[in-house]
Amino acid sequence: MICQECNQRPATLHFTKIMNGEKAEFHLCEKCAQEHGDMFMLSSGSGFSINNLLTGLFNMEPAFQGASKAPLEQEKVLQCEQCSMTFQQFAKVGKFGCAHCYDAFSDQLKPIVKRLHSGNWTHNGKVPARIGGSIHLRKKIDELKNELKELILKEEFEKAAETRDEIRKLEKEMNGHDEGGE
Amino acid sequence: MSLEKFMNQAVSSWMSSEGPDSDIVLSSRIRLARNIKQVNFPTIFSNEEAKSVIQNIEDRMSKSSFDKFGDLELLLMDELQPLQKRVLMEKHLISPHLVENANYGACLLTENEEVSIMINEEDHIRIQCLFPGFQLSEALDVAYEIDDWLEEEIDYAFDEKIGYLTSCPTNVGTGLRASVMMHLPALIMTQQMNRIIPAINQLGLVVRGIFGEGSEALGNIFQVSNQITLGKSEEDIAEDLKSVVSQLISQERSAREALEKTSNIQLEDRVFRSYGTLSNSRVIETKEAARCLSDVRLGIDMNYIQGISKNILNELMVLTQPGFLQQYAGGPLRPFERDIRRASLIRERLKMEDKELGG
Ligand SMILES: [Zn+2]
Ligand SMILES: [Zn+2]
Repeated sequence: MICQECNQRPATLHFTKIMNGEKAEFHLCEKCAQEHGDMFMLSSGSGFSINNLLTGLFNMEPAFQGASKAPLEQEKVLQCEQCSMTFQQFAKVGKFGCAHCYDAFSDQLKPIVKRLHSGNWTHNGKVPARIGGSIHLRKKIDELKNELKELILKEEFEKAAETRDEIRKLEKEMNGHDEGGE
Repeated sequence: MSLEKFMNQAVSSWMSSEGPDSDIVLSSRIRLARNIKQVNFPTIFSNEEAKSVIQNIEDRMSKSSFDKFGDLELLLMDELQPLQKRVLMEKHLISPHLVENANYGACLLTENEEVSIMINEEDHIRIQCLFPGFQLSEALDVAYEIDDWLEEEIDYAFDEKIGYLTSCPTNVGTGLRASVMMHLPALIMTQQMNRIIPAINQLGLVVRGIFGEGSEALGNIFQVSNQITLGKSEEDIAEDLKSVVSQLISQERSAREALEKTSNIQLEDRVFRSYGTLSNSRVIETKEAARCLSDVRLGIDMNYIQGISKNILNELMVLTQPGFLQQYAGGPLRPFERDIRRASLIRERLKMEDKELGG
């Protein structure tokens, strides 16, 4: 959604205002919203509590606190090059603009995500069957490599040779994947 | 299938059938959040991008349909009447967010309403499977099937390190929200719930009321769900929830036994007073209706009342909400008129049971 005031930046703030008993909705970017000042009251839409939570978490990051107190340094503002969402906007709405935001804000995001997910920062679940093809292979290869180590330790060389062949086969298959060949 | 049929077929599978442990677990739900690669999230996406998401889904369907539960039907939010949307929401098939805030929101429904795929909600795609009774693993299996079917043609936003990328970081990783709806009247009557909720929270699970506003749990119905989506596998998340739910089930059962021992006649009295209220009221508010329905359901489960179907609680909790009442009335109703309608709908529903008993 694009900001209805400037029609340029993404609208990241959504307001409701009661005017003469009529409810009116506003979708603004952060900049335009600031210019409107407290004319608006925040709508209590979903995600608000999460957004508070994130803002809370985020305020504990000393690096950013410094930045928010020094508006002159705004040029260094952290922004996603894909969707142009700034980290400040994210902290306000608690939602990203695009998948690339995860990369763009990676450093700032890590402590937040860890706090949300009890210290975790690695996905351990389902992997898409098709686009995840090479991931499946890599996981399988890693498993086999561990197996190989154990077999060698146990001096079961015959089995180890079989496992090694299988690893080679899968590695070949994976190179095919990477080259985009089907 | 026509929209009328969806709407008239007021009772979804999750409300009517009876699943495992259905004396306490009313329903089990699995939700998977997915986004399409290279398309901005609904947080900021343009109308063109929103339309392209729907196009993606339509293209997927035209290649080959997911027909395990009959045809999927695509409903565009912009083409529905406010009341129709409200009814879908009251049946828990779509979210308030999809009704109120979505741009080019849509949903795909199966005929039995056990599967609902929301499009352009907070994420591009939200697969939901809603099963009666305690069937989390079964619901997860079906959600996986749909996920795989979609992924055959759609490129997901997925990161090798942190998994499925969602618009809100609270869902990143598996994108999984597993939840179970439970009827826990005896734990409330014996005042144990206040002690149990913080203990469950400490395990990374959330307990909240599902009907009613804020923290109140109308009808003594609670939803227990996982909070953490990253780091654990989907199966582990479901297993962890299942073990807590199993404990809650046995605690609720022993609280019922204790009540029966210590205050049998008082409990029976309460159950039948509530039954009397429901079968005789001419005006009834949501809160009172919910309290009485919970009592009657408990009375059925504990064999004080015989011959009334157990579905009555889940069914009437949904059917006596404003959207359904207005649909039943065939037009808008003011709050007081709704209370009258609610009373008459409940009376009629109970009479249906009497007829079945007599016949
Ligand atoms: Zn603007
Ligand atoms: Zn971005």
